[in-house]
Amino acid sequence: MSTTLKFTALLLALGLCRGLRHNYIDNYIDNYIDEVTEEEAELVAQPSKYGSLWPLPQKVQLSEVSFKLTSSSFRIVDAKDSTAGPSCSLLQDAYRRYYEYMFGIAKRQQLNKGRRTGPSELTELQVWITSPDSECDSYPSLTSDESYELSVNLPYAVLKAPKVWGALHGLETFSQLVYEDEYGAKSINSTTISDFPRFAHRGILLDSSRHFLPIKVILANLETMAMNKINVFHWHIVDDQSFPYLSRTFPQLSQQGAYHPYTHVYTPADVKMVIEFARLRGIRVIPEFDTPGHTQSWGKGQPDLLTPCYSGAKPSGAFGPVNPILNTTYDFMSQFFKEISAVFPDAYVHLGGDEVDFTCWKSNPDIQKFMDQQGFGQDYSKLESFYIQKLLDIVTATQKGYTIWQEVFDNGVKLKPDTLIHVWKGNQQQYQNEMAKVTSSGYRTLLSTPWYLNRISYGQDWQGHYKADPQDFEGTEAQKKLVIGGEACLWGEYVDATNLTPRLWPRASAVAERLWSAKDVTDINDAFNRLSVHRCRMVDRGIPAEPLFSSYCPHEYKGI
Amino acid sequence: MEVMFMVRSGRYTRLNVYLLILSILQVGLHTVEGVWPLPQAFTSSTERYPLSPQAFYFGYGRQSAAQQGCSVLDAAFRRYFSLIFPDYTDGRLHFNQDKPFTVEVSIDHDDCEGYPNEDSSERYNLGVSAGQASLKAETVWGALRGLETFSQLVYQNDFGSYFINKTEIEDFPRFQFRGILLDTSRHYLPVQAILKTLDAMAYSKFNVFHWHIVDDPSFPYQSSSFPDLSSKGAFHPMTHIYTQSDVRRVISHARLWGIRVLPEFDSPGHTKSWGKGQPGLLTPCYKGGTPSGTFGPVNPALRSTYQFMARLFKEVSSVFPDSYIHLGGDEVDFTCWKSNPDVRAFMQKMGFGSDFTKLEAFYMENIVNITSALNKTSIVWQDVFDYHERRSSLSVVEVWREGCYLCEVRRVAKAGLRVILASPWYLDLPGPTHNWARYYTVWPLAFKGTEEQKKLVIGGEVCMWGEYVDATNLSPRLWPRASAAAERLWSDEKQTSNVDKAFPRLQDFRCKLLRRGIRAEPLYVGHCKHEYQGV
Repeated sequence: MSTTLKFTALLLALGLCRGLRHNYIDNYIDNYIDEVTEEEAELVAQPSKYGSLWPLPQKVQLSEVSFKLTSSSFRIVDAKDSTAGPSCSLLQDAYRRYYEYMFGIAKRQQLNKGRRTGPSELTELQVWITSPDSECDSYPSLTSDESYELSVNLPYAVLKAPKVWGALHGLETFSQLVYEDEYGAKSINSTTISDFPRFAHRGILLDSSRHFLPIKVILANLETMAMNKINVFHWHIVDDQSFPYLSRTFPQLSQQGAYHPYTHVYTPADVKMVIEFARLRGIRVIPEFDTPGHTQSWGKGQPDLLTPCYSGAKPSGAFGPVNPILNTTYDFMSQFFKEISAVFPDAYVHLGGDEVDFTCWKSNPDIQKFMDQQGFGQDYSKLESFYIQKLLDIVTATQKGYTIWQEVFDNGVKLKPDTLIHVWKGNQQQYQNEMAKVTSSGYRTLLSTPWYLNRISYGQDWQGHYKADPQDFEGTEAQKKLVIGGEACLWGEYVDATNLTPRLWPRASAVAERLWSAKDVTDINDAFNRLSVHRCRMVDRGIPAEPLFSSYCPHEYKGI
Repeated sequence: MEVMFMVRSGRYTRLNVYLLILSILQVGLHTVEGVWPLPQAFTSSTERYPLSPQAFYFGYGRQSAAQQGCSVLDAAFRRYFSLIFPDYTDGRLHFNQDKPFTVEVSIDHDDCEGYPNEDSSERYNLGVSAGQASLKAETVWGALRGLETFSQLVYQNDFGSYFINKTEIEDFPRFQFRGILLDTSRHYLPVQAILKTLDAMAYSKFNVFHWHIVDDPSFPYQSSSFPDLSSKGAFHPMTHIYTQSDVRRVISHARLWGIRVLPEFDSPGHTKSWGKGQPGLLTPCYKGGTPSGTFGPVNPALRSTYQFMARLFKEVSSVFPDSYIHLGGDEVDFTCWKSNPDVRAFMQKMGFGSDFTKLEAFYMENIVNITSALNKTSIVWQDVFDYHERRSSLSVVEVWREGCYLCEVRRVAKAGLRVILASPWYLDLPGPTHNWARYYTVWPLAFKGTEEQKKLVIGGEVCMWGEYVDATNLSPRLWPRASAAAERLWSDEKQTSNVDKAFPRLQDFRCKLLRRGIRAEPLYVGHCKHEYQGV
């Protein structure tokens, strides 16, 4: 144990040392140079005993015995007793996808019929869905069974999973076990894996309002999420800056509120494509329609929805949050969320509710009158609660559950017991207190505070993301169980398609392992070794995942 | 505006200032203000002329010293035609009634087959009037800068028609040396990524590619004299190297864009990868009385070291045509030298006592002499200047350390040496892009000194070190932040000191970069008409 710790400390020191080439950290030379001998200064990823598995499965047994795989003979097939057969296109698509990941697309199949397979050649992976309902044609959900068991041995490898969701993860794991030997032949070692996620909700938030994200970049990142066993795409689809969601009920919202009404919108077909692409990878799509704040762009296509701000006795021409005192507001929200609940199949919708600025409400005489009538006095958080409660009732009527940002809880709004509270504020101490508070009130919670990946700094900040643990707070076991997971957030002020992918990966991979693997998987040294190879694998699959440190990949990124 | 760059609170940045900014952008930048970096002197009007790709021509003026067949300009005409008319895909010429528009280029000196150098004039005059533009320059390199400016003046209306406004421009760079450093040792950059960066450099009128080609982690340069250097020192001997033809390709691509290629072979430190293919080059470190098996900087006590360096630099000098060469000389760690008894004995023999900076100075002096004999002007990092007693042997010093970098610039200029400033432009340190203003509000000549001393500041350089950068993230990390530095180095300081004025122009320029396929990241919220379509 102490050896490991010492080694880790050394690695961190090296990170600084090696990063200082012309980088203003002169003091570190003097501090560290004596401790760090020349050889150790070569911060190069060493092979991990777990190969390149990422995130690390719950139980792994690897052996030295290896088998060969050849593109001409290897097949992924349905097991005889599997409840999902050739009609399950989700699996058939996945077989093809993983075959291509493992053997490449371009290579021509040379079916050499006369060739006999060698004695140590693995020719088949059988995928066996064991429960009566494979869920092949369903959508993944918060309660989906994602577990799987993988056994790699002769005469064939077997991947057993109760549902297709576990099978998808198992295929990814299988593909991560395949490596090239020194002659370039594909090999895999005899292995037994039993795996399941530590947390059920493992998400990534992308923001398509501050910058429009072309569909292509969203799909590429869904693909990458699957490689990291992330299962929720939190789509922060609209906000102050633009409203790219094309609503069938209220087409004016994007017509007026998008950056451009044709080139910078998501049509119903686009949204459908994203949802299906995600489903095929076991990923849930949770849309966020944040109100009553963060709604400037809504006002352009929906007159009277926002509160007119006053300057003195006259409207200033500016608008504030959604106007909570008009019946028309709630009529609009009812219709709008009725559409949303039909378009997005997931059982949850994110309602936002954060950062409501009261200045405009305070300036408006009609709102003041309403406050008096309701007996709210000068407490505008009561008005916010009033709005949110009505909204929650509206959404409840659509049979959806909801997630809200922590302020709604902090402000004491009455919530349904199954509400998900999304924690995003504060420093470590503060968010841990918040997690304790939320769970002691009996609510389930999601953590994002330590995983704001839009914040960047010099060096290996993934290590900080890796170390944060959502269950590290003062509380009972029962409270800890109310933590259902977390999300990495990539807000869009400074991010668009040009830099999104390298900024997200492999930094989000660190979060992915924290949310999937066992709590005691904390060896940062081993993580570095596995993550280095994992990032090269993403690059190899065409994803521009940025480097962790000076190093190389066998196949560098070929895009520009 | 300051507020907008600095304040972040709450879950996102809550600011309304951006609305103002966006409304400025809506107006469009169809005048000379739309050119980045801003030209030195110009007049423009709202009078506009339509351009049609079917009736648009480049031509040589009758008096021009360069005529058809000039490789640099012929290639530039083809290139800029596509840049000016990005939607144009039909190669056939139709009969049409569009009024023709001709850009007539006249050059004083025929330097079509040469390389740009430190004295090349990049001055040009551009006049746009009805049906024609006249571009006059002393050299083809100046003409290239003028063509870039012309291409940025052309705009499309909502219906896709092309226009250019009546304009007169007289332009020249403030500094002659405007560089970008790429580091191909910490991560290997595929040649394609380098070529694409050269394209983008030309769009911002950068003119020096400082190729930090080797360093501790790897030696990708395939030397014809010492092939073991890359076969043993590269990350991979076959796939992660620059062959001689790769290097020629980079140089010739750069030449056509008016960019010099300045190679850096940094020694005596930063040479770990050299040792793998050149046994005996590095200093063996000792622990107690025996060699520890590890190696330090280049061994300065051996004659064979200088023989090796002479041969290597002879090759490098002939491969890279530029008259400058960068010798590095930074961050030398003395620990290993101190531990080695042979090095200590050499110190005694030379009378250096225990002052290892003298040993380092001795080494660098030898290397400078080797390259001087090859008719190259050497550039060194400031460390060499700082410990050198006989500074007269030095020529150009690159200032990179943080702190009072202008103090160092002043010291170097006072010593009568030329200066390149890099300290404020370390773009590998990421930080939110809104930090671009940090790279813009740099005043390289704001030190006390004579006119002569200020003239010794020949320019500046953007550095993109490679610890955390490879082809996956190079472009968005470099652009458009490097463009902020480009304007500082090209344009008149008085006209370009205001960040608020620069912001919408740079937003507009970054959209132009996107349109040209450069993965330039956003400065703040907003959108471009044509977004980046890759992943």
